[in-house]
Amino acid sequence: MMGAQQVLQWVILLPAMAIPLLLLLRHYPNLREGVSLLASITLFALVTILYRDFTVGGSAEVVWIAIMPGLDISFRVDALGVLFALVASFLWIITTLYAIGYMRAHAEDNQTRFYVFFAVSIASVMAIAFSANLFTLFVFYEVLTLATYPLVTHAGTAKARAGGRTYLTLLVGTSVVFFLPAIIATYAISGSLTFTHGGVFAADTSPVLLGALLLLFIFGIGKAAIMPFHRWLPAAMVAPTPVSSLLHAVAVVKAGVFSVIKVGALIFGLDTLAGLWSTDLLLYLAAFTVIVASLVAMRQDNLKARLAYSTVSQLSYMTAGVLLATSTGLLGSSMHIAMHAFGKITLFFCAGAILVAAHKSDISQMRGLGRQMPFTMAAFFIGSLSIIGLPPTGGTWSKWYLITGSLEADQWALVVVLMLSSLLNIAYLLPIPLRAFFPGDVRPLEGAVGIREAPLPSLIAIGITSLMCVLLFLFPQRLYDLARAVGG
Amino acid sequence: MVHLPVLQVVIPLMAAPALLLLNRPWQSWLLTCVVTITAFAISGSLLGTVYSSGTISYELGGWEPPWGIEYRIDLLSAYVLLIVSGVAALVAVASRQGLDADVASDKQPTLYVLFCLCLAGLLGIVATGDLFNVFVFLEISSLSTYALIAMGPHRRALWASYQYLVVGTIGATFLLIGIGFIYSLTGTLNMQDIAARLPLVDAAHTVHTAFAFIVVGVCLKLALFPLHFWLPNAYTYAPSMVTVFLAATATKVAVYLLIRLHYSIFGPNFALDVLPLNTLFLVLGLAGVFAASLVAVQQPNVKRLFAYSSIAQIGYMIVGLGLGTVIGLQATLLHLFNHALMKGALFMAIAGVVYRVGGSDLAHFAGLGRLMPWTMAAILIGGLSLIGVPLTVGFISKWYLVLGALEAGLWPIAGLVLIASVLALFYVWRIVEVAYFEAPTSLTEGAREAPLGMLLATWVLVGANIFFGIDTELTRQTSELAAQHLMGVQP
Repeated sequence: MMGAQQVLQWVILLPAMAIPLLLLLRHYPNLREGVSLLASITLFALVTILYRDFTVGGSAEVVWIAIMPGLDISFRVDALGVLFALVASFLWIITTLYAIGYMRAHAEDNQTRFYVFFAVSIASVMAIAFSANLFTLFVFYEVLTLATYPLVTHAGTAKARAGGRTYLTLLVGTSVVFFLPAIIATYAISGSLTFTHGGVFAADTSPVLLGALLLLFIFGIGKAAIMPFHRWLPAAMVAPTPVSSLLHAVAVVKAGVFSVIKVGALIFGLDTLAGLWSTDLLLYLAAFTVIVASLVAMRQDNLKARLAYSTVSQLSYMTAGVLLATSTGLLGSSMHIAMHAFGKITLFFCAGAILVAAHKSDISQMRGLGRQMPFTMAAFFIGSLSIIGLPPTGGTWSKWYLITGSLEADQWALVVVLMLSSLLNIAYLLPIPLRAFFPGDVRPLEGAVGIREAPLPSLIAIGITSLMCVLLFLFPQRLYDLARAVGG
Repeated sequence: MVHLPVLQVVIPLMAAPALLLLNRPWQSWLLTCVVTITAFAISGSLLGTVYSSGTISYELGGWEPPWGIEYRIDLLSAYVLLIVSGVAALVAVASRQGLDADVASDKQPTLYVLFCLCLAGLLGIVATGDLFNVFVFLEISSLSTYALIAMGPHRRALWASYQYLVVGTIGATFLLIGIGFIYSLTGTLNMQDIAARLPLVDAAHTVHTAFAFIVVGVCLKLALFPLHFWLPNAYTYAPSMVTVFLAATATKVAVYLLIRLHYSIFGPNFALDVLPLNTLFLVLGLAGVFAASLVAVQQPNVKRLFAYSSIAQIGYMIVGLGLGTVIGLQATLLHLFNHALMKGALFMAIAGVVYRVGGSDLAHFAGLGRLMPWTMAAILIGGLSLIGVPLTVGFISKWYLVLGALEAGLWPIAGLVLIASVLALFYVWRIVEVAYFEAPTSLTEGAREAPLGMLLATWVLVGANIFFGIDTELTRQTSELAAQHLMGVQP
């Protein structure tokens, strides 16, 4: 039995170590995918060990190297990290399964490159999840941006290049122009970047300055996609669906929200956060993003684009939850990381399945599709419920706590916004499966051709994630405990 | 061992006539390699000595300073010597094949002669503690550089060389005028001695004039915006290997010279009451960063693109100086080292492309991501380092520069420095997109990976970009101590 420390190291190294194997086996697709699958399963097992260790009170810590004095690459296990790592590593298994079906059915080129950069991305996600200080987080935040770039531009077309350009410019731009100076200023003011309960700033630090820092942080963490720096997310939708589903519904965007939570709770501290002049301002900006992104989503006919804008909106739920600066809000945000992940990945999987099996990407053409793809469409329905926040799906709980948190903080406006957003979610998500099953007078274009679903591995993946949406409603206790522990 | 400070300069200097007599491509190359590697070993040993037993003072010919010439190696000089000789050794190793693309084999022996002369000049500027000696070595390195640039494959190399000759001569003359003034006031040429006597001189106007002449003269050599116009042509039309060498060393030595003259002779606080030098440096540095980066974004030729990028990066170094603090100076010294690594790697990789494809226009890079994967990966990593991505040296430089700006309370400067790195992203990504997304054209079709010697030199530099981005012990400690020493702050 390895000690928790070694496990922590392996969690970060393992996905990276799969890379030479993937390259070596590039001419043997079955073995190559086998390695991917095996790596993802092992990774999940390792993260589970860390989770077990954490629940009995362990907090493993590893220091790799001090790059500059006081600035080291080091990792530590904590509640939010475990939560994020569990979600990401579990969904990596499912996505790999899904990708095997999807990439082959779609006959994509450069599949080895795809799996390699996927592994790099997961390695950096793990490093982000367990980073012990802001410096480590920033380093791997940037690595994640660069590692996902080849995945976004996978198709290599002019459209993919343009999308990649927007992706890189916005993510690198915000992180360099806002995030980095915020980190350096934090270092210059407080002398520490280590995540600390209650924050790192001394009590007498100028609140005007801290308020400005918060602005820099929230805008700098471009991966959380707060408006007006959200454009990269729709642009990233040119990527193959497995990338959109794991990375741009779970890993990358959650890394953004994760950073926001870490900065809010462990760099500023909720108490400090509550007293800053810019907190409410940013809260309203997040609320604005929630509503406007939903409205934009309604106007998208391309399914993936609609889902992308829905993600932009949902990410701001989580950012808003942190900015409430109450422990309940934080709880809601942390839980929503998991709930939104399972819901949104299900929807993306379905979108990919529809593309592969029925070659449709526009919503207007999906009328009556329930006849050919009943299973996919049923899963889409469950995923939608979770995003909206209706029982019997997990999304109910996180929304519950977000609303309770808003009430506690006397932010009535946010309560209204969250309610309104649920209505908008219903309006842009539910019609898709409903019209698929009940097309009304319009006859499906090709007539009845019987059931024609996506390849089996992809279907299994869809089944698991939609099942998880329901299970998280029935058994939310473990997730609740983890999320409760985030604020310390 | 006591003679190492002078051997550092004399070995390459003496190698030049020997190479002239030898006059055979292959043997000349071998001798150049031996000479440069020896120089590198000497500079490494010098740095070790300075670390363990402090500044080395060497009396040339046994004549005691201030009558005789003194070679003075402190931490700063040892650090710069290491960069210059290290890059020289890599360039020498890669030149065996690297020169073939641009220089006919019967001219190559001459090139090695000039190369060793230039190296001796650059090392001499750094090693000497005598002001007139600086001028002599500056002329040695400059004259050989003009000739080196003129050996470029296009006729336009002659024009570039001539342009640089005119500007360089003006710069050297200014420097000489400044030195003359100082000599007339203090009666000595030894830097230590001048530093001690200058505060006692009461002819303030003459000292200020001398200072102005010296600063402008050196700034011409280091291509500070707006005195930079000679540089793009020189870098673009010189033989590729010469570009690698010049980009990684010549401007660095000029920056060294500025720091040395400013801090060691005049002192960090000289003339601040009559001359807003720090503000001037901040403004010109930032103007250079932005102007050159914006021009770089539009360049159709990759060598020229990175030449403009060099002007921008020099701007960063000058901004660090302009901050006027220990951390600012440290940022400059770090970037001096780090930028040599980045541009060395980039221009070396480009030399590989020129060797295989025969040009360095953007069109010559189409589809090279597949055809020359190692070379293009080197350009990518060098480019990321230029942008300042974490785990590369560029990040370390940027960190200290921004930290210095914030610490000095100049947060707009910090913001501008970071915005400029986004511009670097734009110009680097133009190459990345062409290399990785475009199909090979008739220009690039059939290109193979660069020859092993060049690839090896490239990847040593790329490796250094990553290594010194993670293990910063050597660069950080040296630059910190040197900066404290120069600013007169006790650690």
